[in-house]
Amino acid sequence: MTYAAKSLTQGRELIAFRIGDQEFCVNIMSVREIRGWTPATPMPHAPPYVLGVINLRGAVLPIIDMSMRLGMKPAEPTVRHVIIVAQVGPKTVGLLVDAVSDILTVTDDNVQPTPDIANEMAKNYARGILAIEGRMICMIELEALFPHVESEAA
Amino acid sequence: MDMNEIKEIFFQECEEQLAELESGLLKLNDGDRDPETVNAVFRAVHSIKGGAGAFGLDDLVSFAHVFETTLDCVRSNKLEPNQDVLKVMLKSADVLADLTNAARDGGGVDEARSKQLIRELEALANGEMPAASEAPAAKPAPAPQAAAPAPAAPAVNDEGFQPIPFSFDDFGGEEKPVEPYAPTCEILFHPKRELYAKGNEAALLLRDLSRIGEMSIRCDMDSLPLLQDMNPEEAYFSWKISITTEKGEDGVRSVFEFAEWDCDLEVRTVEEDHEPEAGDDELPMQPVPFDLSILDDADTDVPAEADEAPAPVKQTAVAESNVVPIAASPRAEAPKSEARVAPAAQQAAAAASPAASAASAAAAAPTIRVDLDRVDRLINLVGELVINQAMLSQSVIENDNNGVSSINMGLEELQQLTREIQDSVMAIRAQPVKPVFQRMSRIVREIADVTGKSVRLITEGENTEVDKTVIDKLAEPLTHMIRNAVDHGLEAPEKREALGKNPEGTVRLTAKHRSGRIVIELADDGGGINREKVRQKAIDNDLIAADANLSDEEIDNLIFHAGFSTADKISDISGRGVGMDVVKRSIQALGGRITISSKPGQGSVFTMSLPLTLAVLDGMVVTVAGQTLVVPLTAIVETLQPEASAIHSFGASQRLISIRNSFCPLVDVGRILNFRATQANPVDGVALLVESEGGGQRALMVDAIQGQRQVVIKSLEANYTHVPGIAAATILGDGRVALILDVDAVVAASRGQSLKQEISLAATG
Repeated sequence: MTYAAKSLTQGRELIAFRIGDQEFCVNIMSVREIRGWTPATPMPHAPPYVLGVINLRGAVLPIIDMSMRLGMKPAEPTVRHVIIVAQVGPKTVGLLVDAVSDILTVTDDNVQPTPDIANEMAKNYARGILAIEGRMICMIELEALFPHVESEAA
Repeated sequence: MDMNEIKEIFFQECEEQLAELESGLLKLNDGDRDPETVNAVFRAVHSIKGGAGAFGLDDLVSFAHVFETTLDCVRSNKLEPNQDVLKVMLKSADVLADLTNAARDGGGVDEARSKQLIRELEALANGEMPAASEAPAAKPAPAPQAAAPAPAAPAVNDEGFQPIPFSFDDFGGEEKPVEPYAPTCEILFHPKRELYAKGNEAALLLRDLSRIGEMSIRCDMDSLPLLQDMNPEEAYFSWKISITTEKGEDGVRSVFEFAEWDCDLEVRTVEEDHEPEAGDDELPMQPVPFDLSILDDADTDVPAEADEAPAPVKQTAVAESNVVPIAASPRAEAPKSEARVAPAAQQAAAAASPAASAASAAAAAPTIRVDLDRVDRLINLVGELVINQAMLSQSVIENDNNGVSSINMGLEELQQLTREIQDSVMAIRAQPVKPVFQRMSRIVREIADVTGKSVRLITEGENTEVDKTVIDKLAEPLTHMIRNAVDHGLEAPEKREALGKNPEGTVRLTAKHRSGRIVIELADDGGGINREKVRQKAIDNDLIAADANLSDEEIDNLIFHAGFSTADKISDISGRGVGMDVVKRSIQALGGRITISSKPGQGSVFTMSLPLTLAVLDGMVVTVAGQTLVVPLTAIVETLQPEASAIHSFGASQRLISIRNSFCPLVDVGRILNFRATQANPVDGVALLVESEGGGQRALMVDAIQGQRQVVIKSLEANYTHVPGIAAATILGDGRVALILDVDAVVAASRGQSLKQEISLAATG
């Protein structure tokens, strides 16, 4: 009983996406839309994981290669890639991922702590691991990926 | 709508009224003696007072009241609005503005100043000249000659006016002598339709009039047309009134105070025993003593003599016209005289109500207040529309080989329409520079006060329109420059006199449109730039070498250097050396340029050229290393195709290009922006000769020029971060983002002040 009540009140919706053979998820509340890949205009002096900017109905939207940001190999964007448009603090960013796989509803009970390993991703961005139907999905904290947003808000 | 919203509207209106007030006072200062100008000034102060009273802003009310009283003296020609008087009034306008701001934003005002001004204003109203304004407030107003029973100053006690307890007629020889008895006035009052349209009511005015003395009244209905010709919104009646009142002509005029712009009013004083002019014989009635109190529901007593009045012939006609009965409708047993009045009142009421909406719409300037955000949203959307339209055109052209389809024609029309919409929407944001210019006149006054100089500010072209953001950002640099012009530019009055100049210095502020930009000129007739002093200072500050050979122009431009000030003593106003370089930077941030020309002994002219809007920009679309970039057209001096013989290597990696025998450093934009690792061969590309902040010229190397285009500026900072070398972004016809080059930053980088090598999204803030 307690468990059911808890899952109702504390159930969170997450959006899961795939990069290479790994799965990640972010809070669905920060996701504004999902769109196909369009070529981005490269920015000078940008960090390598910033692929450039695209036009999102008049707004200039920076595109982040999530694979590279999470410390994996650079993506080679194709038309099959998708961009998750997410709100991080006051800014809107586009996250380039391989595919969006699922929408999950989880409670805190489903979340296992991040293993304590020497891995930048695990230490800085991961907020837990979900085990769903035999898959392992890593929960990402977007604010941690873009810490400047917080410092700006402060 | 809650109280705060209403209050906010009041403050917005206050701003307009204050602007009106100031411009009116300045007009008077320039010798304008148009009564309408005086009235406008009076109205402005009065409206502020009225509104402030409604919100219980007592400080504001009491100050506005004193101000208004003094203005009333000017209006009734009791006070000559000479320079000294206007000086006090302009200061009072400043204080009124301060009080308004304090009432809106909280915070205090300089109470000593406003008290002092209240004293000065009162002194003026009391007929003292400003020279005597130092008199302590406690000093009682000079007692009028006891012999004169003194028709009191206008006493419409509608909003708590404090009548000034003595007669102005005692001062100034040109005033006619005060009559020792209550004079009789002949009044011809002919309201125009505007009077009713503004919600005034002739009957109420007449009732007010009846309260100040004994009167007889006659309604002239000659111009009343037949029923079928009657326009319900027109005003047909006029009244001839004969009143005996101790308040005199002024008292009578003050009754019509708020209506006199909308009616023909003749008031003249006649000998006491002078009979009112005999009425025209064809008039169906005679003048009768008239008690307007019958208009009050409560008071149905009708003077007996009214019964004797012959029944007006036209009464029936009017009655049949089925005019809306007014609230204070006559009782059944109402005598004939009442019936006679009623049609007039009814006519007035009938005219007032339907006319109100129509006439006010026509009379008042048809403006609406719109939240700036809404306009901006519209502008953004139209920007999108333009881009989308361009994208659509492009894809149709790509897919349509024969090119002569109805789709193409429709697209062309769409293109024209979108362009028109864009122009119209941009025009919404365009505002006259007037408010900024007006603020400047206040700054001139303040600085003139502090420096003890006498300065006249002449503004021209203040209705020149420019985008609101430009206007907003213009105030600060202009303030700096005006301060500099008065503090450094103009000489002290004694010195000017010694030089044979008018001791009053002149600062001229001009705005005009020139080739799609707004040009603002600030000229003073001071001493001009002391080039010897500037040069010496520059040498002292290590800005130039002691033996540097500089042209006059180059020396003049030194004043734009940071940390440069030639003022002998550092004053509060200017002289911290932050002035002109800040000015230059803010003007450049607006996409503008500033130049100076100076003639020793005759003054200096600063010329600023600014874009009309910050939302769009004229740019040269170029290709650099496969990327499309936009270079602001304003920065480009010329474009040229370099020849191999004109390129000269200079040191290890630098190259110079010779242009008409002068050598100019060549800057590879692709290399600076890190778009390519090695320098491109200049002969393959195009060189853009640009002029930058330092005044130096650089030849920017790009691969190709695509064309010239007006682009909509998009912020990069909104979602990303500032990028060195890039000013902003835009969206091209194909829907892709193109970057707008920051020419100054690129040139600065080429001088060795390298752009930050790599910025990380995470590290910036």
